[in-house]
Amino acid sequence: MKRTVPLMIAATTGFVLIVSYFIPYTESWGEDAMTWFNILAAIAFILGGGNLLRMQLQKISDRRPGWGYAAVTLAAFVITLFFGLFKIGVQPTAAFPTNAWAAPYDREGSALWWCVEYLYRPLASTMFALLAFYIASAAFRAFRAKNTEATILLVTAFIVLLGRTYIAGIVREWLPEGLQSLSFDNMTNYIMSVFNLAGMRAITIGIALGVASTSLKVLLGVDRSYLGAGDE
Amino acid sequence: MYDFLKSLDRRWIFLLMLLAVAIPILGGWRFPERPSPLVETVFDTIEDLPAGSRVWMAYDYDPASQGELHPMGMAFARHCALKRHKMYFMTLWPQGTVMVQSCLDMLKTEFPDLVYGEDYVNLGFRPGSEGPIKIIVTDLRKSVSSDINGVSLDEIPMTRDLKNVQGVDLIINVSSGTPGTKEWVLYASTPFHITTVAGCTGVQTPYLYPYVPDQLLGMLGAIKGGAEYEFLLLDAYPQLRDNPDAKEALRRMGPQLFGHLLLIALIVMGNVIYFMQRQRGEV
Repeated sequence: MKRTVPLMIAATTGFVLIVSYFIPYTESWGEDAMTWFNILAAIAFILGGGNLLRMQLQKISDRRPGWGYAAVTLAAFVITLFFGLFKIGVQPTAAFPTNAWAAPYDREGSALWWCVEYLYRPLASTMFALLAFYIASAAFRAFRAKNTEATILLVTAFIVLLGRTYIAGIVREWLPEGLQSLSFDNMTNYIMSVFNLAGMRAITIGIALGVASTSLKVLLGVDRSYLGAGDE
Repeated sequence: MYDFLKSLDRRWIFLLMLLAVAIPILGGWRFPERPSPLVETVFDTIEDLPAGSRVWMAYDYDPASQGELHPMGMAFARHCALKRHKMYFMTLWPQGTVMVQSCLDMLKTEFPDLVYGEDYVNLGFRPGSEGPIKIIVTDLRKSVSSDINGVSLDEIPMTRDLKNVQGVDLIINVSSGTPGTKEWVLYASTPFHITTVAGCTGVQTPYLYPYVPDQLLGMLGAIKGGAEYEFLLLDAYPQLRDNPDAKEALRRMGPQLFGHLLLIALIVMGNVIYFMQRQRGEV
Protein backbone atom coordinates (compact mmCIF):
# COMPACT_ATOMS: atom_id res chain seq x y z
CA MET A 1 0.00 0.00 0.00
CA LYS A 2 2.84 2.37 0.91
CA ARG A 3 4.21 1.99 -2.59
CA THR A 4 1.06 1.32 -4.61
CA VAL A 5 -0.67 4.61 -3.78
CA PRO A 6 2.32 6.84 -4.68
CA LEU A 7 2.79 4.78 -7.85
CA MET A 8 -0.83 5.34 -8.86
CA ILE A 9 -0.64 9.07 -8.10
CA ALA A 10 2.56 9.42 -10.15
CA ALA A 11 1.16 7.40 -13.07
CA THR A 12 -2.20 9.20 -13.14
CA THR A 13 -0.65 12.68 -12.93
CA GLY A 14 1.96 11.80 -15.55
CA PHE A 15 -0.57 10.47 -18.03
CA VAL A 16 -2.91 13.43 -17.41
CA LEU A 17 -0.06 15.80 -18.26
CA ILE A 18 0.76 13.88 -21.43
CA VAL A 19 -2.87 13.70 -22.55
CA SER A 20 -3.47 17.40 -21.78
CA TYR A 21 -0.65 18.33 -24.15
CA PHE A 22 -2.27 16.57 -27.11
CA ILE A 23 -6.02 16.93 -26.45
CA PRO A 24 -7.28 20.53 -26.06
CA TYR A 25 -10.36 19.38 -24.08
CA THR A 26 -8.10 18.07 -21.30
CA GLU A 27 -5.82 21.12 -21.19
CA SER A 28 -7.34 22.37 -17.92
CA TRP A 29 -6.67 18.96 -16.28
CA GLY A 30 -2.98 19.46 -16.92
CA GLU A 31 -3.15 22.99 -15.46
CA ASP A 32 -4.83 21.64 -12.31
CA ALA A 33 -2.19 18.93 -11.96
CA MET A 34 0.52 21.59 -12.24
CA THR A 35 -1.23 23.74 -9.60
CA TRP A 36 -1.17 20.76 -7.20
CA PHE A 37 2.47 20.24 -8.08
CA ASN A 38 3.29 23.87 -7.24
CA ILE A 39 1.47 23.61 -3.89
CA LEU A 40 3.41 20.42 -3.11
CA ALA A 41 6.65 22.14 -4.15
CA ALA A 42 5.94 24.93 -1.66
CA ILE A 43 5.21 22.36 1.09
CA ALA A 44 8.44 20.60 0.16
CA PHE A 45 10.29 23.66 1.50
CA ILE A 46 8.85 22.90 4.96
CA LEU A 47 9.82 19.23 4.64
CA GLY A 48 13.27 20.30 3.49
CA GLY A 49 13.63 22.59 6.50
CA GLY A 50 12.51 19.80 8.85
CA ASN A 51 14.93 17.36 7.26
CA LEU A 52 17.80 19.86 7.55
CA LEU A 53 17.02 20.35 11.24
CA ARG A 54 16.88 16.59 11.89
CA MET A 55 20.14 15.84 10.06
CA GLN A 56 22.12 18.65 11.67
CA LEU A 57 20.78 17.93 15.17
CA GLN A 58 21.69 14.27 14.76
CA LYS A 59 25.21 15.21 13.70
CA ILE A 60 25.63 17.49 16.72
CA SER A 61 24.16 14.99 19.17
CA ASP A 62 26.42 12.15 17.87
CA ARG A 63 29.45 14.51 17.97
CA ARG A 64 30.36 13.34 14.46
CA PRO A 65 33.46 14.86 12.79
CA GLY A 66 32.63 18.39 11.64
CA TRP A 67 29.70 18.74 14.06
CA GLY A 68 30.77 22.35 14.63
CA TYR A 69 29.84 23.14 11.02
CA ALA A 70 26.46 21.53 11.63
CA ALA A 71 25.98 23.87 14.60
CA VAL A 72 26.79 26.88 12.41
CA THR A 73 24.35 25.65 9.73
CA LEU A 74 21.66 25.14 12.34
CA ALA A 75 22.21 28.55 13.93
CA ALA A 76 22.17 30.29 10.52
CA PHE A 77 18.98 28.43 9.57
CA VAL A 78 17.13 29.22 12.79
CA ILE A 79 18.21 32.88 12.92
CA THR A 80 17.29 33.51 9.26
CA LEU A 81 13.94 31.79 9.70
CA PHE A 82 13.23 33.82 12.83
CA PHE A 83 14.14 37.12 11.14
CA GLY A 84 11.96 36.32 8.14
CA LEU A 85 8.93 34.86 9.89
CA PHE A 86 8.70 37.57 12.54
CA LYS A 87 9.69 40.37 10.18
CA ILE A 88 12.33 41.64 12.60
CA GLY A 89 13.34 45.25 11.93
CA VAL A 90 10.82 45.73 9.12
CA GLN A 91 9.77 49.36 8.76
CA PRO A 92 6.17 50.20 7.78
CA THR A 93 5.43 51.10 4.16
CA ALA A 94 3.67 54.25 2.98
CA ALA A 95 0.56 52.16 2.21
CA PHE A 96 0.33 50.90 5.84
CA PRO A 97 2.19 53.49 7.95
CA THR A 98 0.94 52.16 11.27
CA ASN A 99 1.48 48.46 10.70
CA ALA A 100 4.98 47.14 10.07
CA TRP A 101 3.59 43.61 9.72
CA ALA A 102 2.02 44.64 6.41
CA ALA A 103 5.45 45.43 4.93
CA PRO A 104 7.47 42.81 2.99
CA TYR A 105 9.77 40.63 5.13
CA ASP A 106 12.80 41.53 3.00
CA ARG A 107 12.20 45.29 2.97
CA GLU A 108 15.38 47.37 2.99
CA GLY A 109 16.63 47.87 6.54
CA SER A 110 15.05 44.71 7.94
CA ALA A 111 17.18 42.09 9.72
CA LEU A 112 16.60 39.57 6.93
CA TRP A 113 17.56 42.14 4.28
CA TRP A 114 20.73 42.87 6.27
CA CYS A 115 21.59 39.15 6.40
CA VAL A 116 21.05 38.74 2.67
CA GLU A 117 22.84 41.94 1.70
CA TYR A 118 25.85 41.69 4.00
CA LEU A 119 26.22 37.97 4.61
CA TYR A 120 24.61 35.84 1.92
CA ARG A 121 25.47 37.97 -1.12
CA PRO A 122 29.18 38.45 -0.30
CA LEU A 123 29.55 34.80 0.75
CA ALA A 124 27.86 33.44 -2.38
CA SER A 125 29.88 35.76 -4.64
CA THR A 126 33.09 34.78 -2.87
CA MET A 127 32.42 31.08 -3.34
CA PHE A 128 31.85 31.66 -7.06
CA ALA A 129 34.95 33.86 -7.36
CA LEU A 130 37.12 31.20 -5.72
CA LEU A 131 36.55 29.07 -8.82
CA ALA A 132 38.96 31.29 -10.78
CA PHE A 133 41.79 30.39 -8.40
CA TYR A 134 41.11 26.68 -8.41
CA ILE A 135 40.62 26.56 -12.18
CA ALA A 136 44.00 28.30 -12.65
CA SER A 137 45.70 25.81 -10.36
CA ALA A 138 43.96 22.84 -12.04
CA ALA A 139 44.80 24.15 -15.53
CA PHE A 140 48.49 24.27 -14.63
CA ARG A 141 48.54 20.74 -13.23
CA ALA A 142 46.05 18.77 -15.30
CA PHE A 143 45.52 20.30 -18.75
CA ARG A 144 48.15 18.28 -20.67
CA ALA A 145 48.51 17.59 -24.41
CA LYS A 146 48.90 13.87 -23.77
CA ASN A 147 47.30 12.68 -27.02
CA THR A 148 45.65 14.00 -30.19
CA GLU A 149 42.22 14.51 -28.57
CA ALA A 150 43.71 16.41 -25.64
CA THR A 151 45.76 18.57 -28.03
CA ILE A 152 42.66 19.46 -30.08
CA LEU A 153 40.86 20.33 -26.85
CA LEU A 154 43.78 22.46 -25.74
CA VAL A 155 43.98 24.41 -29.01
CA THR A 156 40.20 24.95 -29.01
CA ALA A 157 40.38 26.19 -25.42
CA PHE A 158 43.11 28.70 -26.36
CA ILE A 159 41.07 30.03 -29.29
CA VAL A 160 37.87 30.40 -27.23
CA LEU A 161 39.70 31.91 -24.23
CA LEU A 162 41.34 34.53 -26.47
CA GLY A 163 38.22 34.99 -28.60
CA ARG A 164 36.37 36.19 -25.50
CA THR A 165 38.84 38.99 -24.79
CA TYR A 166 40.07 42.28 -26.21
CA ILE A 167 43.12 40.48 -27.68
CA ALA A 168 40.78 39.08 -30.34
CA GLY A 169 40.06 42.60 -31.59
CA ILE A 170 43.76 43.51 -31.75
CA VAL A 171 44.58 40.36 -33.74
CA ARG A 172 41.64 41.00 -36.08
CA GLU A 173 42.84 44.50 -36.90
CA TRP A 174 46.33 43.20 -37.49
CA LEU A 175 45.20 40.44 -39.88
CA PRO A 176 44.85 41.22 -43.62
CA GLU A 177 41.36 41.43 -45.09
CA GLY A 178 41.46 37.96 -46.63
CA LEU A 179 42.41 36.28 -43.35
CA GLN A 180 39.76 37.91 -41.13
CA SER A 181 38.03 34.57 -40.66
CA LEU A 182 41.14 33.42 -38.79
CA SER A 183 40.76 36.05 -36.08
CA PHE A 184 40.15 34.59 -32.61
CA ASP A 185 36.64 36.03 -32.24
CA ASN A 186 35.52 34.80 -35.66
CA MET A 187 37.00 31.37 -35.00
CA THR A 188 35.32 31.31 -31.58
CA ASN A 189 31.95 32.11 -33.16
CA TYR A 190 32.57 29.39 -35.76
CA ILE A 191 33.55 26.81 -33.13
CA MET A 192 30.51 27.64 -31.00
CA SER A 193 27.97 27.76 -33.82
CA VAL A 194 29.22 24.77 -35.85
CA PHE A 195 31.19 22.17 -33.87
CA ASN A 196 29.62 22.94 -30.49
CA LEU A 197 26.14 23.23 -31.99
CA ALA A 198 26.40 19.87 -33.78
CA GLY A 199 27.69 18.15 -30.64
CA MET A 200 25.11 19.72 -28.37
CA ARG A 201 22.24 18.83 -30.73
CA ALA A 202 23.32 15.20 -30.70
CA ILE A 203 23.62 15.22 -26.90
CA THR A 204 20.26 17.02 -26.48
CA ILE A 205 18.45 14.54 -28.73
CA GLY A 206 20.09 11.66 -26.87
CA ILE A 207 19.10 13.06 -23.50
CA ALA A 208 15.53 13.69 -24.71
CA LEU A 209 15.18 10.08 -25.86
CA GLY A 210 16.63 8.89 -22.55
CA VAL A 211 14.25 11.10 -20.56
CA ALA A 212 11.26 9.88 -22.59
CA SER A 213 12.12 6.23 -22.00
CA THR A 214 12.89 6.75 -18.28
CA SER A 215 9.67 8.74 -17.83
CA LEU A 216 7.64 5.96 -19.41
CA LYS A 217 9.29 3.45 -17.08
CA VAL A 218 8.39 5.62 -14.08
CA LEU A 219 4.80 6.15 -15.22
CA LEU A 220 4.28 2.45 -15.91
CA GLY A 221 5.76 1.53 -12.55
CA VAL A 222 8.73 -0.35 -14.04
CA ASP A 223 11.25 2.05 -12.47
CA ARG A 224 10.39 2.57 -8.79
CA SER A 225 13.75 3.90 -7.64
CA TYR A 226 12.23 7.35 -6.91
CA LEU A 227 10.23 5.76 -4.08
CA GLY A 228 13.45 4.85 -2.32
CA ALA A 229 14.29 1.58 -0.57
CA GLY A 230 11.76 0.10 1.83
CA ASP A 231 9.20 -2.58 2.45
CA GLU A 232 6.54 -3.28 -0.12
CA MET B 1 63.99 26.88 -12.34
CA TYR B 2 62.75 23.57 -13.74
CA ASP B 3 62.61 22.08 -10.27
CA PHE B 4 60.83 25.15 -8.89
CA LEU B 5 58.16 25.04 -11.63
CA LYS B 6 57.80 21.25 -11.42
CA SER B 7 56.75 21.48 -7.82
CA LEU B 8 55.23 24.97 -7.96
CA ASP B 9 53.26 25.75 -4.84
CA ARG B 10 49.69 26.55 -5.83
CA ARG B 11 49.77 29.63 -3.61
CA TRP B 12 52.00 31.28 -6.27
CA ILE B 13 49.28 30.59 -8.84
CA PHE B 14 46.66 32.04 -6.49
CA LEU B 15 48.80 35.15 -6.06
CA LEU B 16 49.23 35.55 -9.83
CA MET B 17 45.47 35.20 -10.34
CA LEU B 18 44.83 37.78 -7.62
CA LEU B 19 47.16 40.25 -9.36
CA ALA B 20 45.70 39.47 -12.81
CA VAL B 21 42.22 40.29 -11.52
CA ALA B 22 43.01 43.09 -9.07
CA ILE B 23 45.31 45.28 -11.20
CA PRO B 24 42.82 45.88 -14.06
CA ILE B 25 40.03 46.50 -11.53
CA LEU B 26 42.06 48.99 -9.51
CA GLY B 27 43.42 50.57 -12.68
CA GLY B 28 39.89 50.92 -14.09
CA TRP B 29 41.04 49.57 -17.46
CA ARG B 30 38.31 49.30 -20.07
CA PHE B 31 38.47 47.95 -23.61
CA PRO B 32 36.20 48.52 -26.61
CA GLU B 33 33.93 45.65 -27.65
CA ARG B 34 32.76 44.33 -31.00
CA PRO B 35 29.24 42.95 -30.51
CA SER B 36 28.63 39.49 -31.93
CA PRO B 37 25.59 38.82 -34.17
CA LEU B 38 23.78 37.04 -31.32
CA VAL B 39 24.11 40.06 -29.02
CA GLU B 40 23.09 42.44 -31.81
CA THR B 41 19.95 40.36 -32.38
CA VAL B 42 19.03 40.60 -28.69
CA PHE B 43 19.60 44.36 -28.68
CA ASP B 44 17.64 44.91 -31.89
CA THR B 45 14.75 42.78 -30.64
CA ILE B 46 14.26 45.00 -27.58
CA GLU B 47 15.05 48.18 -29.50
CA ASP B 48 12.59 47.45 -32.31
CA LEU B 49 9.62 46.76 -30.02
CA PRO B 50 7.17 49.65 -30.02
CA ALA B 51 7.38 51.83 -26.91
CA GLY B 52 5.16 50.50 -24.14
CA SER B 53 5.42 46.86 -25.19
CA ARG B 54 4.95 44.22 -22.51
CA VAL B 55 8.18 42.48 -21.55
CA TRP B 56 8.35 39.53 -19.15
CA MET B 57 11.59 39.77 -17.16
CA ALA B 58 12.34 36.25 -15.91
CA TYR B 59 15.40 36.63 -13.69
CA ASP B 60 16.38 33.12 -12.66
CA TYR B 61 19.70 33.57 -10.93
CA ASP B 62 21.03 34.21 -7.45
CA PRO B 63 23.86 36.16 -5.81
CA ALA B 64 26.32 33.32 -6.52
CA SER B 65 26.30 34.17 -10.22
CA GLN B 66 25.69 37.90 -9.93
CA GLY B 67 29.27 38.62 -11.02
CA GLU B 68 28.52 37.13 -14.41
CA LEU B 69 24.82 37.86 -14.84
CA HIS B 70 23.76 40.90 -12.87
CA PRO B 71 25.29 43.48 -15.24
CA MET B 72 23.27 42.05 -18.12
CA GLY B 73 20.15 41.88 -15.92
CA MET B 74 20.59 45.56 -15.13
CA ALA B 75 21.34 46.39 -18.78
CA PHE B 76 18.12 44.68 -19.92
CA ALA B 77 16.09 46.59 -17.31
CA ARG B 78 17.80 49.87 -18.26
CA HIS B 79 17.14 49.30 -21.96
CA CYS B 80 13.47 48.46 -21.38
CA ALA B 81 13.10 51.53 -19.15
CA LEU B 82 14.63 53.77 -21.81
CA LYS B 83 12.24 52.30 -24.37
CA ARG B 84 9.33 52.76 -21.93
CA HIS B 85 8.42 49.07 -22.09
CA LYS B 86 6.21 47.60 -19.38
CA MET B 87 8.33 45.23 -17.27
CA TYR B 88 6.96 42.19 -15.41
CA PHE B 89 9.65 40.82 -13.10
CA MET B 90 9.44 37.27 -11.79
CA THR B 91 11.91 34.66 -10.55
CA LEU B 92 11.84 30.90 -10.15
CA TRP B 93 14.84 30.98 -7.80
CA PRO B 94 14.24 31.64 -4.08
CA GLN B 95 17.27 33.95 -3.86
CA GLY B 96 16.38 35.56 -7.18
CA THR B 97 14.14 38.06 -5.38
CA VAL B 98 17.28 39.86 -4.18
CA MET B 99 18.51 40.29 -7.73
CA VAL B 100 15.10 41.49 -8.94
CA GLN B 101 14.89 43.95 -6.04
CA SER B 102 18.31 45.29 -6.99
CA CYS B 103 17.02 45.99 -10.54
CA LEU B 104 13.93 47.69 -9.12
CA ASP B 105 16.11 49.87 -6.89
CA MET B 106 18.08 50.88 -9.97
CA LEU B 107 14.87 51.75 -11.83
CA LYS B 108 13.69 53.88 -8.88
CA THR B 109 16.99 55.78 -8.78
CA GLU B 110 17.77 56.19 -12.47
CA PHE B 111 14.23 56.46 -13.81
CA PRO B 112 12.23 58.30 -11.11
CA ASP B 113 9.48 59.11 -13.61
CA LEU B 114 8.58 55.42 -13.97
CA VAL B 115 5.73 54.35 -11.71
CA TYR B 116 5.55 51.00 -9.92
CA GLY B 117 2.46 49.14 -11.07
CA GLU B 118 2.17 51.17 -14.26
CA ASP B 119 5.62 50.72 -15.80
CA TYR B 120 7.07 47.81 -13.85
CA VAL B 121 5.88 45.26 -11.35
CA ASN B 122 7.56 42.67 -9.15
CA LEU B 123 5.71 39.37 -9.10
CA GLY B 124 8.28 37.80 -6.80
CA PHE B 125 9.34 34.18 -6.47
CA ARG B 126 7.25 31.17 -7.40
CA PRO B 127 8.23 27.69 -6.17
CA GLY B 128 7.94 24.54 -8.25
CA SER B 129 10.84 24.76 -10.68
CA GLU B 130 9.38 24.88 -14.22
CA GLY B 131 5.86 24.19 -12.88
CA PRO B 132 4.81 27.87 -12.65
CA ILE B 133 5.87 28.45 -16.29
CA LYS B 134 3.45 25.77 -17.47
CA ILE B 135 0.63 27.46 -15.58
CA ILE B 136 1.26 31.14 -16.23
CA VAL B 137 1.50 30.65 -19.99
CA THR B 138 -2.18 29.75 -19.99
CA ASP B 139 -3.52 31.31 -16.78
CA LEU B 140 -1.42 33.82 -14.86
CA ARG B 141 -3.72 34.07 -11.87
CA LYS B 142 -3.66 30.35 -11.19
CA SER B 143 -0.07 30.72 -10.03
CA VAL B 144 0.35 34.44 -9.39
CA SER B 145 -2.58 36.20 -7.76
CA SER B 146 -0.70 39.20 -6.36
CA ASP B 147 2.59 41.07 -6.61
CA ILE B 148 5.39 40.72 -4.06
CA ASN B 149 3.66 43.21 -1.74
CA GLY B 150 0.46 41.18 -1.69
CA VAL B 151 -1.48 43.60 -3.90
CA SER B 152 -3.98 41.77 -6.13
CA LEU B 153 -3.12 41.69 -9.84
CA ASP B 154 -6.59 43.10 -10.53
CA GLU B 155 -5.67 46.27 -8.62
CA ILE B 156 -2.39 46.82 -10.49
CA PRO B 157 -2.92 48.79 -13.72
CA MET B 158 -0.35 46.90 -15.80
CA THR B 159 -1.51 43.40 -14.75
CA ARG B 160 -5.25 44.06 -14.70
CA ASP B 161 -5.71 43.03 -18.34
CA LEU B 162 -2.93 40.47 -18.57
CA LYS B 163 -4.44 36.98 -18.66
CA ASN B 164 -1.29 34.98 -19.26
CA VAL B 165 2.27 35.18 -20.52
CA GLN B 166 1.04 34.77 -24.09
CA GLY B 167 -0.09 38.38 -23.73
CA VAL B 168 3.46 39.70 -23.53
CA ASP B 169 5.50 40.80 -26.53
CA LEU B 170 8.81 39.44 -25.36
CA ILE B 171 10.31 37.21 -22.69
CA ILE B 172 13.75 38.14 -21.42
CA ASN B 173 15.31 35.42 -19.33
CA VAL B 174 18.53 35.79 -17.38
CA SER B 175 19.49 32.42 -16.02
CA SER B 176 22.29 30.57 -14.32
CA GLY B 177 20.86 27.05 -14.32
CA THR B 178 17.66 25.08 -13.82
CA PRO B 179 14.95 26.33 -13.95
CA GLY B 180 16.07 28.89 -16.49
CA THR B 181 16.32 29.61 -20.19
CA LYS B 182 15.83 26.02 -21.32
CA GLU B 183 12.60 25.69 -19.33
CA TRP B 184 11.22 29.01 -20.63
CA VAL B 185 12.04 27.90 -24.18
CA LEU B 186 10.49 24.45 -23.75
CA TYR B 187 7.30 25.43 -21.91
CA ALA B 188 6.59 29.01 -23.01
CA SER B 189 8.30 30.31 -26.11
CA THR B 190 8.19 27.19 -28.29
CA PRO B 191 4.61 25.90 -27.72
CA PHE B 192 3.06 29.38 -27.66
CA HIS B 193 5.39 31.15 -30.12
CA ILE B 194 6.44 33.89 -27.70
CA THR B 195 9.57 35.74 -28.79
CA THR B 196 12.31 35.03 -26.27
CA VAL B 197 15.84 36.28 -25.73
CA ALA B 198 18.20 35.29 -22.96
CA GLY B 199 21.34 35.99 -21.03
CA CYS B 200 23.17 33.12 -19.39
CA THR B 201 26.40 32.00 -17.78
CA GLY B 202 29.38 30.90 -19.84
CA VAL B 203 28.84 27.30 -18.73
CA GLN B 204 25.25 27.29 -19.97
CA THR B 205 25.90 28.95 -23.33
CA PRO B 206 26.98 25.81 -25.27
CA TYR B 207 23.85 23.97 -24.10
CA LEU B 208 21.57 26.72 -25.40
CA TYR B 209 23.06 27.12 -28.88
CA PRO B 210 20.78 24.41 -30.37
CA TYR B 211 17.73 26.57 -29.56
CA VAL B 212 19.04 29.60 -31.50
CA PRO B 213 17.51 31.19 -33.56
CA ASP B 214 14.15 29.43 -34.00
CA GLN B 215 13.20 28.92 -30.36
CA LEU B 216 15.54 31.47 -28.81
CA LEU B 217 16.03 34.55 -30.92
CA GLY B 218 19.30 35.67 -29.40
CA MET B 219 21.51 35.16 -26.40
CA LEU B 220 24.14 36.94 -24.32
CA GLY B 221 26.81 34.53 -23.19
CA ALA B 222 28.53 35.29 -19.88
CA ILE B 223 30.07 38.63 -18.92
CA LYS B 224 31.44 39.04 -22.47
CA GLY B 225 27.87 39.05 -23.84
CA GLY B 226 26.89 41.54 -21.13
CA ALA B 227 29.79 43.81 -22.05
CA GLU B 228 28.90 43.71 -25.75
CA TYR B 229 25.30 44.55 -24.86
CA GLU B 230 26.38 47.48 -22.68
CA PHE B 231 28.57 48.68 -25.56
CA LEU B 232 25.53 48.74 -27.88
CA LEU B 233 23.40 50.40 -25.22
CA LEU B 234 25.94 53.17 -24.60
CA ASP B 235 26.26 53.67 -28.33
CA ALA B 236 22.49 54.03 -28.81
CA TYR B 237 21.83 56.04 -25.64
CA PRO B 238 24.72 58.50 -25.06
CA GLN B 239 23.03 59.82 -21.90
CA LEU B 240 24.18 56.60 -20.17
CA ARG B 241 27.86 57.34 -20.77
CA ASP B 242 28.15 59.37 -17.57
CA ASN B 243 26.60 56.55 -15.54
CA PRO B 244 29.38 54.25 -14.21
CA ASP B 245 26.81 51.59 -13.26
CA ALA B 246 25.87 51.26 -16.94
CA LYS B 247 29.43 50.11 -17.71
CA GLU B 248 29.71 47.38 -15.10
CA ALA B 249 30.18 44.47 -17.55
CA LEU B 250 32.67 46.51 -19.60
CA ARG B 251 34.63 47.14 -16.40
CA ARG B 252 34.77 43.40 -15.74
CA MET B 253 36.29 42.62 -19.14
CA GLY B 254 39.70 43.89 -17.94
CA PRO B 255 40.09 41.22 -15.24
CA GLN B 256 38.64 38.70 -17.72
CA LEU B 257 41.36 39.52 -20.29
CA PHE B 258 44.22 39.19 -17.84
CA GLY B 259 42.67 36.15 -16.15
CA HIS B 260 42.40 34.38 -19.51
CA LEU B 261 45.94 35.32 -20.49
CA LEU B 262 47.22 33.97 -17.19
CA LEU B 263 45.29 30.73 -17.71
CA ILE B 264 46.83 30.30 -21.17
CA ALA B 265 50.31 31.04 -19.81
CA LEU B 266 49.79 28.49 -17.01
CA ILE B 267 48.56 25.82 -19.41
CA VAL B 268 51.52 26.41 -21.76
CA MET B 269 53.93 26.35 -18.84
CA GLY B 270 52.37 23.19 -17.45
CA ASN B 271 52.74 21.48 -20.84
CA VAL B 272 56.36 22.59 -21.28
CA ILE B 273 57.16 21.06 -17.89
CA TYR B 274 55.22 17.93 -18.85
CA PHE B 275 57.20 17.47 -22.09
CA MET B 276 60.48 18.13 -20.27
CA GLN B 277 59.52 15.49 -17.71
CA ARG B 278 58.71 13.08 -20.54
CA GLN B 279 62.05 13.72 -22.20
CA ARG B 280 63.85 13.02 -18.93
CA GLY B 281 61.77 9.90 -18.39
CA GLU B 282 60.22 11.26 -15.18
CA VAL B 283 56.62 10.45 -16.27
